[in-house]
Amino acid sequence: MARDLAPEVERLLQFRDPNIRKKAALCSIRIIKKVPDLAENFINPAASLLKEKHHGVLITGVQLCTDLCKVSSEALEYFRKKCTDGLVKTLRDIANSPYAPEYDIAGITDPFLHIRLLRLLRVLGQGDADASDSMNDILAQDVLIANIVATKTESNKNAGNAILYECVETIMSIEDNGGLRVLAINILGRFLSNRDNNIRYVALNMLTKAMTVEAQAVQRHRATILECVKDSDASIRKRALELVYLLVNETNVKPLTKELIDYLEVSDQDFKGDLTAKICSIVERFSPEKIWYIDQMLKVLSEAGNFVKDDVWHALIVVISNASDLHGYTVRALYRALQTSTEQETLVRVAVWCIGEYGDMLVNNVGMLDIEDPITVTESDAVDAVEVAIKRHTSDLTTKSMALIALLKLSSRFPSCSERIREIIVQNKGSLVLELQQRSIEFNSILQKHQNIRSALVERMPVLDEATFSGRRAGSLPAAASTSTGTPHKLPNGIAKPAAAPIADLLDLSSDDAPAPSSSGGDFLQDLLGVDLSPASAPAGTSQPPKAGTDVLLDLLSIGTSPPAQSSSSMSDILSSSQDNKAPLNNLNGLTSLSSLSPTTTSPMMDLLDGFGPSPQKHEENGPTYPSVVAYESSSLRMTFNFSKQPGNPQTTLIQATFTNLSPNAYNDFLFQAAVPKFLQLHLDPASSNTLPASGNGSITQTLKVTNSQHGKRLSY
Amino acid sequence: MVTLKEIKIQFVLLISRQGKVRLTKWYSPYSQKERTKVIRELSGVILTRGPKLCNFVEWRGYKVVYKRYASLYFCMCIDQDDNELEILEIIHHFVEILDRYFGSVCELDLIFNFHKAYYILDELLIAGELQESSKKTVARLIAAQDSLVETAKEQASSISNIIAQATK
Repeated sequence: MARDLAPEVERLLQFRDPNIRKKAALCSIRIIKKVPDLAENFINPAASLLKEKHHGVLITGVQLCTDLCKVSSEALEYFRKKCTDGLVKTLRDIANSPYAPEYDIAGITDPFLHIRLLRLLRVLGQGDADASDSMNDILAQDVLIANIVATKTESNKNAGNAILYECVETIMSIEDNGGLRVLAINILGRFLSNRDNNIRYVALNMLTKAMTVEAQAVQRHRATILECVKDSDASIRKRALELVYLLVNETNVKPLTKELIDYLEVSDQDFKGDLTAKICSIVERFSPEKIWYIDQMLKVLSEAGNFVKDDVWHALIVVISNASDLHGYTVRALYRALQTSTEQETLVRVAVWCIGEYGDMLVNNVGMLDIEDPITVTESDAVDAVEVAIKRHTSDLTTKSMALIALLKLSSRFPSCSERIREIIVQNKGSLVLELQQRSIEFNSILQKHQNIRSALVERMPVLDEATFSGRRAGSLPAAASTSTGTPHKLPNGIAKPAAAPIADLLDLSSDDAPAPSSSGGDFLQDLLGVDLSPASAPAGTSQPPKAGTDVLLDLLSIGTSPPAQSSSSMSDILSSSQDNKAPLNNLNGLTSLSSLSPTTTSPMMDLLDGFGPSPQKHEENGPTYPSVVAYESSSLRMTFNFSKQPGNPQTTLIQATFTNLSPNAYNDFLFQAAVPKFLQLHLDPASSNTLPASGNGSITQTLKVTNSQHGKRLSY
Repeated sequence: MVTLKEIKIQFVLLISRQGKVRLTKWYSPYSQKERTKVIRELSGVILTRGPKLCNFVEWRGYKVVYKRYASLYFCMCIDQDDNELEILEIIHHFVEILDRYFGSVCELDLIFNFHKAYYILDELLIAGELQESSKKTVARLIAAQDSLVETAKEQASSISNIIAQATK
């Protein structure tokens, strides 16, 4: 329709009656916005409108030209060349015109037209030195006149200020020598100290825009702007805060942050959210040193912890874990903060995490800094703090779960409190929340039955990888939302949490790539991952009675105390290497075809789900010769499978497994086990030996006979 | 396709202090549902603001400029980059024209003669743009409209008189 009507509207732009002309001009604006191709048809008629005397037509004509310039560069060029001088003259006429009662508002002739002219000049002058040059004089003059009007008239300064405001904006955007800009910034400075809130608001608004061109000049007004953050008016506060956020740089971050944090204590509840987010972001971006970062974050947490977003305190924990020399300092500071403000959920979480991790440093005053006041915290005090967190009725599930883990960790750090910790954990056995109930039952059994592995289980977390975390944070914001430990879909894995839960909370294990940790605590994380990858594993495991007399829990977890000498050797396996000397029966992959497990001393149990699973099926279809497959290889063990079939018995596949020990230590009592789905039958022949010499100096062979009861029936698997 | 951002004034609202809507004018497409939502939201924000605070509220990426005259709040929603002070001046301009037309305008005038208020607004703003800066011109145009209405009424009544007489 715009296309059909365009010629008609164009004709009406020259109509006799000014009322029709101005409406036609506004109609043209809509048309060119809808169909920018038509813009060129309107350039000439629009230019002729600029010569009008009738103000209504002139206003709409100027408006039309401005919009034409925005949609078409051709129009912009044309107006720049042909009309700039004319416009400057019109503006001068208006600015200097004697009193005109019809258009007069508070001593200014037609401010609306005035403002629109300025706006069009701004569009024309932007990025064009010549045009900008020709309007310099009139702008300077205009500012002066408007200035006089705005200061002179008592009753209504608004019109004058509106023009001043528009002038400043034009000066800021045209190509210009410094002189006018200084003038403009000065006007804004005066605006800023004005008593009228409206004026202050627009000044802040304008200064925000001016930051890109005159950052240095804006910095001078920092103190006033900071005052505006504390204004009673929400709109002004918001603007000012945004401006302050832009003002911060490396040199002024400390005083500015201090001001903002001080203000955080007294600010309105509904402003705290914004303020907190901005402070956190400033602190993260510009923090000169870690101790300062931690200090400021602690202050924010204790003032407005409830407004701190999850990813922010996750980031804090990552930083804390990386600052190994500040662990002691941080945990003591957190402990102190926890004594005073217990209402702030996130503070409690971070504190509980740190106490769990670095509880021993809290008690022994390890890593004391000079600036600290010494405090004496006994072991039971530390446990008290965590107990308070767990018992507080306002604590939510995440906090309580974190507290439980912290308790478990403390139980090994402070053996003397172990019994008391067990009591606290036992109290939660009756929790109505499944997650808590489950955790406490598991932890209780760890405390009671598995003393020997406990210390390894609750070892300190490996240093969290900052780069990975920030990458993850940038990449998957939605994924971060699922970090809560209580989400139902993760419940099957709840069993796996004792050691890994804090890191799971932190790093969001629900996605399946995780950084490969480097210290020994990390393999729990890997184990967890292995479990995580096959969600059905937990039910499969629980339905199966423990073989080999081992606890289901441990098997599932594949957590074992690994002999220290070997603990690093198999670490490289990213999938799920576990080292059990307790004969784990695994069956993580009950769902797929073949799994093998290797108990005794080391021998990584592998996740054959991915690498090897389909192969037995494949060779059944392929014919009589089969290449041998390296079923598993790590730095410590290689396992090769050779396949063959007996002629006349296509259902049965013979697999000859060859094991080679690549590690420097000999394996004794080596035992290979395998499990198959129901439609397969497995027969394991005895192995050639149960001792595997070190460094590849020999191998064990073992024959497996797999019979497929459904041979030929299921081709698609 | 006109995106909402490109229109200067998005809408004009007149809300009484009790939150009753006295006049609405939408310059960009809002569904009926959105309109009620917008009105509810904005009246909640604006009516609760104190008298000394500034006249601008940031809302959904736009700015709402409002001004209170007696018991009525005049609100206009504009783009982030527009000149707020100018919009205040436009509001004031509108009020002055209303005042001149009704002779010291009050809320009741706008309730009973709401159509006139719409006519006046239409002469001042069209398609979200200011079209006339002269109060006199607007007043003259409205007067011309009124006289048109008068003559139409007279004609109608004379015709009905004729019909009435003819049917007697």
